[in-house]
Amino acid sequence: MISLTPVKIAVRALQRNTMRTLLTTLGIIFGVGAVIGGVAIGNGAKSRIEEQIASLGQNVILVLSGNNSRGGVSMGFGSAGTLSKEDYEGLRKEVSGISGVSPEVRSGAQIAAGSANIQTQVIGVGEDYAGIRAWNIDNGANFTETDVKNANKVALIGQTTATTLFSEEDPVGKIIRIKTSPFIVVGVLAKKGMSMNGSDQDDIVLVPYTSAMVRLTQATSFRSFNVQAANASLVPAVQKEIADLLRQKHKILEGRDDDFIVRTQQEITEAATQTSKVMSFLLGSFASVSLVVGGIGIMNIMLVSVTERTREIGVRMAVGARGNDVLLQFLIEAIILSLVGGVLGIGCGFGLSALVKKYLELPTLVSSDSVIIAFGVSAFIGVFFGFYPARKASQLDPIEALRYE
Amino acid sequence: MAQTVMHPVVKLEKFTKTYFTGEVEVQAVKGVNLTIEPGEFVAIMGASGSGKSTMMNSIGCLDRPTSGTYLLDGVNVGGLDRDELADLRNSKIGFVFQGFNLLSRTSAVENVELPLLYARKKISGFDQRERAQQSLEMVGLGQRYDHHPSQLSGGQQQRVAIARALVNRPALLLADEPTGNLDSQTSIEIMNIFQELNRKGMTIVMVTHELDIANYTLRTVVMRDGRIVTDEPVKNRLDATTELIRLKEEQQAIKLASS
Repeated sequence: MISLTPVKIAVRALQRNTMRTLLTTLGIIFGVGAVIGGVAIGNGAKSRIEEQIASLGQNVILVLSGNNSRGGVSMGFGSAGTLSKEDYEGLRKEVSGISGVSPEVRSGAQIAAGSANIQTQVIGVGEDYAGIRAWNIDNGANFTETDVKNANKVALIGQTTATTLFSEEDPVGKIIRIKTSPFIVVGVLAKKGMSMNGSDQDDIVLVPYTSAMVRLTQATSFRSFNVQAANASLVPAVQKEIADLLRQKHKILEGRDDDFIVRTQQEITEAATQTSKVMSFLLGSFASVSLVVGGIGIMNIMLVSVTERTREIGVRMAVGARGNDVLLQFLIEAIILSLVGGVLGIGCGFGLSALVKKYLELPTLVSSDSVIIAFGVSAFIGVFFGFYPARKASQLDPIEALRYE
Repeated sequence: MAQTVMHPVVKLEKFTKTYFTGEVEVQAVKGVNLTIEPGEFVAIMGASGSGKSTMMNSIGCLDRPTSGTYLLDGVNVGGLDRDELADLRNSKIGFVFQGFNLLSRTSAVENVELPLLYARKKISGFDQRERAQQSLEMVGLGQRYDHHPSQLSGGQQQRVAIARALVNRPALLLADEPTGNLDSQTSIEIMNIFQELNRKGMTIVMVTHELDIANYTLRTVVMRDGRIVTDEPVKNRLDATTELIRLKEEQQAIKLASS
């Protein structure tokens, strides 16, 4: 049986100086609180990014037109206009394992309905687009393959656009004017919220790409293709097939660079979470520094305490405490200090994360891992920083210690 | 039960203690022979530097002899390590110091419990409290168990220290200038407790430089330059109870005279 007596001795000693005990734990409280809070903020950011990426749809592969550079200045994705109608037809017919393909053209345009008018993003897409992006239609219906084939003047509008143009009214069946052409609203898209870069995804108008290219942009090439693989395991194969097909269609010779970019959702996710990982790591490491400083605080106090309590140690030894009893007492004191600090710090971390959530409106997520790690680390700090002072105390000579003034 | 062999409580033979301070070798105690039987009440006297403190530390097992032997209650102290010395102090010796050495901000009863916390034979928390309480009652402080040292007078603090020394039922009570910080009346009160304990059979060794305090004991050992110069029974022994009554009468007389 393990005796609880050393714990009793240590607790009594700590109770004798409550104020000092509290002040000593403060360093650990802040350290652990900062670690937990910091990691919670990092995790929150990460989970939001993941959520946004999930809103792109499942198993999505993006094909972007290559970038044009003019005088060494890159003009950005899609500027080269290398994705043609033939490419699209090819993708639809020749690539296996895909459940949906949609081209995309974009154009900013003035939209009017009745007396209301706004400037917004008009995206020309195929009939698969809403399905690929897992974008439900709240009201009305998606436009059909026939609408696309005939370049019908039909539109799906986002929630924000709907409220701005029609306020409380049901927009389905109403006419909106995009630039100069009238379009019939056939459906209202479900709310999707903010995108990764902070723009409102619900301020949008989707029209058949055929209509957009003929009536709005006069463009002849696509900005990108959204391709959805039938399932996750097919994604790499589909990615390769697309690349091979496009190289063949674009007649790119062996050894030359692609004039297009094929990105899987996973690659996009990785790039985005990398940023939040770096943020978590930075927050965590700054907080860890304060945890170490807290530990050094404990060591400092314990060292001072050993000197100040030399006589007490002498008395304890005189009445029969062995060196190990004294070592254990001081070690347990240090561990209790850091554990109490750890527990209070975990509380502070939760508080901090709740405050950030409430007042800064940033997402936070306290992970159970960080709680367990913080608790473990504070116990370790107690042992690590408590050992040296405790050993010093245990090696005192009882005669010297009793004589100490 | 077998016949109990009575050991001397303290038996020093050719006891020598040498300190090395740098190059200089200081012989604090030079070949002392001393035997203290159970039930004795001995005062060790001497000027500072006479070696009496060194003797005290060695008898108290805080230190080991450089040469010679020391048997405490039949146990040879010379061959013991640090931990064994600590256990021996815990089980066989009760210390009373000049400066009381109580733990501050700790109640009287918890102070008295201290040696029990380090006892090798485990005692339950309940028994610890009980024995500490009994010990406090023996020194007449049963009611003040929850007082902190700062709430007690010097005499009371010393009595708590005596209760602490007694709590493990030691073979030897070792007092180092127990009255050094106390006024004369309180000193006599403390000597009263010692005499009472001695009458009940407790062996007491006390270091003091005050002759009138030494006169309350049964035997005085005087040291000079690391050697015992006299070792004799106390001739004009004082009884603390009588002295206290006499002191009270004197104070009464002064009061009457001044009023």
